[in-house]
Amino acid sequence: MSYVLLRHRDIPDISNFNVYKKNGSFDAFKKAVTKMKPNEVTDLVKASGLRGRGGAGFPTGMKWSFIDNKSWPHYVVVNADESEPGTFKDREIMENNPFQFLEGVAIASYAVGAKAAYVYLRGEFWQIAKFLEEKIAEMEEAGVLGEKLFGTDYSLRIYTHLGAGAYICGEESAMLESIEGKRGQPRIRPPFPAVKGLYNKPTVINNVETLTNLPMILANGADWYKSMGTPDSAGVKIFSLSGRVRKPGNYELPFGTTFRQLIYEHGGGVQEGRSVKAIMPAGASSSFIVADEKVLDTQMDYATVRTLGADLGSASVVVIDDTVSIEWIIHKTIHFFKHESCGKCTPCREGTYWMMHLIDRIHDGDHSTADLDLLLNVAKQMQNKCLCPLGDFSTMAVVTGIERFPQDFRKA
Amino acid sequence: MSLANKYPKEVKQILAKYPPEYKRSAVMPLLYLAQREEGYITKNAMQDIADTLEISITDVGAIVGFYTLYHDKKEGKYRMQVCTDLPCALRGADQFMESLCANLGIKVGETTADNLITLEAVTCLAACDRAPMFQIQSKDSIKYYEDMNVDKTMELIDTLKKAGTEVK
Repeated sequence: MSYVLLRHRDIPDISNFNVYKKNGSFDAFKKAVTKMKPNEVTDLVKASGLRGRGGAGFPTGMKWSFIDNKSWPHYVVVNADESEPGTFKDREIMENNPFQFLEGVAIASYAVGAKAAYVYLRGEFWQIAKFLEEKIAEMEEAGVLGEKLFGTDYSLRIYTHLGAGAYICGEESAMLESIEGKRGQPRIRPPFPAVKGLYNKPTVINNVETLTNLPMILANGADWYKSMGTPDSAGVKIFSLSGRVRKPGNYELPFGTTFRQLIYEHGGGVQEGRSVKAIMPAGASSSFIVADEKVLDTQMDYATVRTLGADLGSASVVVIDDTVSIEWIIHKTIHFFKHESCGKCTPCREGTYWMMHLIDRIHDGDHSTADLDLLLNVAKQMQNKCLCPLGDFSTMAVVTGIERFPQDFRKA
Repeated sequence: MSLANKYPKEVKQILAKYPPEYKRSAVMPLLYLAQREEGYITKNAMQDIADTLEISITDVGAIVGFYTLYHDKKEGKYRMQVCTDLPCALRGADQFMESLCANLGIKVGETTADNLITLEAVTCLAACDRAPMFQIQSKDSIKYYEDMNVDKTMELIDTLKKAGTEVK
């Protein structure tokens, strides 16, 4: 099977404008602008079954169809913040297959009637931002971005915007605040971005990987896309595999691939003599899945992973072997979320603070018998009370770690 | 000297990215530009940016304080930011950091005596498959160094040291 997203692995120089042009070029975008109405593009994407790859898995075409057509201008914002511990897929796309990604941005912009799109990159992607700016300039020079494209009235500019080190800016409303020059703190919803987003205008926010699918869907059709994956989750997904595996890396595979295939066939398995103890399928925000033979043979798609008591999220699969203590892991994740909590809402700001103090005591063996129950209690008190998903994310590993691996926590 | 006088082309390009009525959006790129000068952002630079964007210096200070890649005081010439987050730690990042501290004779958060390196522990940098890794933030760039070990890192520091002497 040839690659749909990581096409640079088949065509090494695809980041060169002329090479990209020879391999499908910008025909998909041109076809959309010259031969299709915006709502026809949206309908095609709906029919393809494409779901958002940033973590929530929301159907992309449906998201676009929510945009408020009574209020103008519209904006597209690209989530290239990629800050979830364990996720490193968008980076590979942008570094190696930038034109397919940018063409995807252009297609989405046309579908929702946006004449400006902002690519929000985490500040650490400084070099990638510079690289994308060069690629955008090449596209402008070639007339595939800019004013009155392909002899129509449609115009589009794509800009980059660099963050400066804040996990929370991957949350879409915090990202909009950040582009507006404010602290990256989430907004209260409603109103949703499709009605009032960037600069209070209707805005669609999509992830890099989601958008990179679009040129291929336009070129090959919805049925082709749906022929890959599962009925619940169409198409291919890039799985970022990390942790205790021999060959960590990005693996582009159809939805429905099993954990065993990913970890053993592709990732080379765990070290000799070790076994998989737990899987975190969505990075630091994950619930722990207790690994056993049945779990390893479970297909990875959004609905099936949920039956294991976890979310697939952005498919950043962190593998934990039998030498690693779950208590050590949640010590890491709690410190991460304490550091990244934006401070706007009380349950998350205070909850992550107290969870950190409790896990520090437990980690240092300096705790009382009540501390473990208290930690679980604080985590559960936070759930469903925070302003944005970060607060809940911070509790997932804590609750499932303590409940599913009680043997890893000393009572006192 | 104001940013607009010193970097007229860059300031103009930055402002052109955003709708004129929302020029406050330019605060983050302008802060990066200001940081080019000294490797940190001075109070004068904050005032200058506030004046340019017609916002208060408090608004600018709030941004500097919120985002970790902006700095408001002078540290080493290079900030070596080692990822010690979960996926990297599963691949030896904590031990790597300990050895680096021992080799440099400093603790996390400290700066070497020659003011060359400030060693910092940071959260995930999206390079989990290439741990141990770090980024080096200098006043005008951020660069990744992946699949690292202590020997390679000490060699790199040596190169940075030599490059520094040549410039002087």
